[in-house]
Amino acid sequence: MTSLVKLAVYGIGALLAMIAASKAHDTLFAVHMWIFALAAVIGIIVTARRADFSGKAKPARDPDAYLDSVVRAGMIATMFWGITGFLVGVIIASQLAYPWLNFDWAYTHFGRLRPLHTSAVVFAFGGNALIATSFYVVQRTNGARLAFGNMAWFVFWGYQLFIILAATGYLMGVTQSREYAEPEWYIDIWLTIVWVAYLLVFLGTIYKRKESHIYVANWFYLSFIVTIAMLHLVNNMAWPVSFFGSKSYSLFSGVQDAITQWWYGHNAVGFFLTAGFLGMMYYFLPKQAGRPVYSYRLSIIHFWTLIFMYIWAGPHHLHYTALPDWVQTLGMVLSITLWMPSWGGMINGLMTLSGAWDKLRTDPIIRMMVIAVAFYGMSTFEGPMMAIKSVNALSHYTDWTIGHVHSGALGWVGMITFGSVYFLVPRLWNRERLYSLRLINWHFWLATLGIVIYASSMWVSGIMQGLMWREYDPQGFLVYSFAETVAAMHPFYVLRAIGGTMYLTGGLIMAWNVYQTIRGNLREETPMGEAAPAAA
Amino acid sequence: MSKKDIDKITGVETTGHEWDGIKELNNPLPRWWLWTMYACIIWGIVYVILYPAIPLINSATPGLLGQTARGDVAIAITDAKKAQSKFLDKISTMSLEDIRKDQALFEFARAGGKAAFAVNCIQCHGSGAQGSPGFPNLNDDDWMWGGTLEAIHTTITHGIRQDTDDDTRTSDMPEFGADEDFGKENIAKVANYVASLSNVKHDAALAKEGAAVFEESCASCHGEKGEGSQEVGAPNLTDQIYFYGSTVDDFARQVTKPRHGIMPAWAGRLDKNTIKQLAIYVHSLGGGE
Repeated sequence: MTSLVKLAVYGIGALLAMIAASKAHDTLFAVHMWIFALAAVIGIIVTARRADFSGKAKPARDPDAYLDSVVRAGMIATMFWGITGFLVGVIIASQLAYPWLNFDWAYTHFGRLRPLHTSAVVFAFGGNALIATSFYVVQRTNGARLAFGNMAWFVFWGYQLFIILAATGYLMGVTQSREYAEPEWYIDIWLTIVWVAYLLVFLGTIYKRKESHIYVANWFYLSFIVTIAMLHLVNNMAWPVSFFGSKSYSLFSGVQDAITQWWYGHNAVGFFLTAGFLGMMYYFLPKQAGRPVYSYRLSIIHFWTLIFMYIWAGPHHLHYTALPDWVQTLGMVLSITLWMPSWGGMINGLMTLSGAWDKLRTDPIIRMMVIAVAFYGMSTFEGPMMAIKSVNALSHYTDWTIGHVHSGALGWVGMITFGSVYFLVPRLWNRERLYSLRLINWHFWLATLGIVIYASSMWVSGIMQGLMWREYDPQGFLVYSFAETVAAMHPFYVLRAIGGTMYLTGGLIMAWNVYQTIRGNLREETPMGEAAPAAA
Repeated sequence: MSKKDIDKITGVETTGHEWDGIKELNNPLPRWWLWTMYACIIWGIVYVILYPAIPLINSATPGLLGQTARGDVAIAITDAKKAQSKFLDKISTMSLEDIRKDQALFEFARAGGKAAFAVNCIQCHGSGAQGSPGFPNLNDDDWMWGGTLEAIHTTITHGIRQDTDDDTRTSDMPEFGADEDFGKENIAKVANYVASLSNVKHDAALAKEGAAVFEESCASCHGEKGEGSQEVGAPNLTDQIYFYGSTVDDFARQVTKPRHGIMPAWAGRLDKNTIKQLAIYVHSLGGGE
């Protein structure tokens, strides 16, 4: 019965997509509708092959058995999109150092690859990591199977379809020109459907819980899901030029449009990259350390202050613009008061390790988690500092911002995700242990040194750039031309590409390690913390 | 739910909750953390009182300090203008020659010209005014339209081959390739002759024959000896400074179908004072006459 309903839905979906493709006003829209149609046809084939019309009762399944297959798929997707995103990052970093690498071709041009990089890392890598780990954590901490049957699988595949539509859109030039919200109106509608399903699965699972209290990780995951839904809906309010075309216009204009975009943009950082990943930290760090969370009270206070203050901090992206002074003031004040609420997560993470610090010597997974929390603490200090108007006057529009974002994205988001993946893979595939701990150590050092090179070169070049822009001679004239400031950045752009390449190499080592673990191989090696045996 | 117990390592009581083996300690909020947060909040309240902050119906609270971003910019611009005004006023009234003789004024005008050059001129002439193919180097003493202060000032003001400016500098080298009577042979000859003027590799026999062609068709603008003429913007062909390439083929291409550079007329785009500063700066680069 459900198979028939599914087949009907897929069939109607495929038909509608093909009609839209045939009536399309522009090729880009037609291509995207064909991708929709193809996805629906694949759905029909898979459903039909699996359908059982014999009428025999299926063997009963334990209603509480965890649904982990979707988490396994999420791990693979996280790895795949992570490496894709890092690779595109290395490419565009190299393009900035050596512009001929644009190849003078629209599809490989920086302007199209840059949003591909940001979205691949934030939404494809980060998003898959969050969805997969939240599905794992919400089941474990509530003692309940994911709600609504296989809806979690719809969330997974629906989200991959969103990523493919967004990514192909960037390469073809479909964009509504809103940073981190580039996909056009029909892709936004699709993501809304997927996201509502995600919210339902998550809430439904919490509803079925066997524990009376809800664990802190779930608060953070839930705040991430709910707030992203709100941000997505408001920032993408737009009207299509035609229902058969890819172009739309925002309902906002001028400075209202700008502040809506940066309310969205900053909270994408706040609720996607901070709150969501704090949820991840609150489960995987105490599990890996085998220690209780440091302070329940701190987790309550820092959770509520964080989500209350973060939502107002967006205006600091628009200091010294047409944005009214009062909005700038409030954006700055709430950014600075956000400092301690953010650090609450760092304190709870680091202090949870008290009594387990010795594990740093033997457990590279704990090392990754600790460096993640350290970078989290550094970024969440740097952010409020950069939101101060007089600091922002120097840092805004410079590479300092890029350095700040990457110490957060590579250091915090990347490292806590790597730690969680290393925790999960042996458990999800029922392996005794990971293929190699020593390879994790290699990954750890490559990634850490890569971030340090990346962030410090961007600090230096960003501050230098800001100082050069505002350098006056004694007669009161500007000293440097813009082109001279660009030329001065070249060595730092090269260093940045080197740092990024190291980070990408670490990612590839992780992929190899995970692949071997899934295949069931174990590398024979000296345990961490012990000297290698002397050569005979 | 498990009962509250004591964590053995830290001796702290747990909250009694347990999820998938994770417990929570009942530690209080760290004092330094709490007090720093309070300090940030108090600082925020003070800041909100001092600066524009609370939205009202038609405006916002101005703040006790009465500061605004636009006001700050206005003050900064007024101050900057005031600091420069004694120089700017003199530059407006004095002749270029007199400005050059007044050391303090000259240094000011040169700095101002350099800054204006960095914004408006380097796109073609390069950051160091070194030029690029088709755009002259301004550091040498090879001037197409004259290298005196007045000549440079005129070129900047009216531009080169700008239809929109009646006083623009203009001249057109004829397109010899379109002249059937002239013929390809003569082009080859004259190109080799021009090459011989500046010791570029060439065919001596052709060059010898080219001398007569040059005298008949080219010398009226480029001069008997190829020394050029600033009156009509005809470049000197003897000085090994080349504009559109430095081989016989490049010369032949230019004779066949000449390329002509254009330069914007800056009058109207830049104020008169800035144009004077630019003239002083360009003149001072090393080749000013």
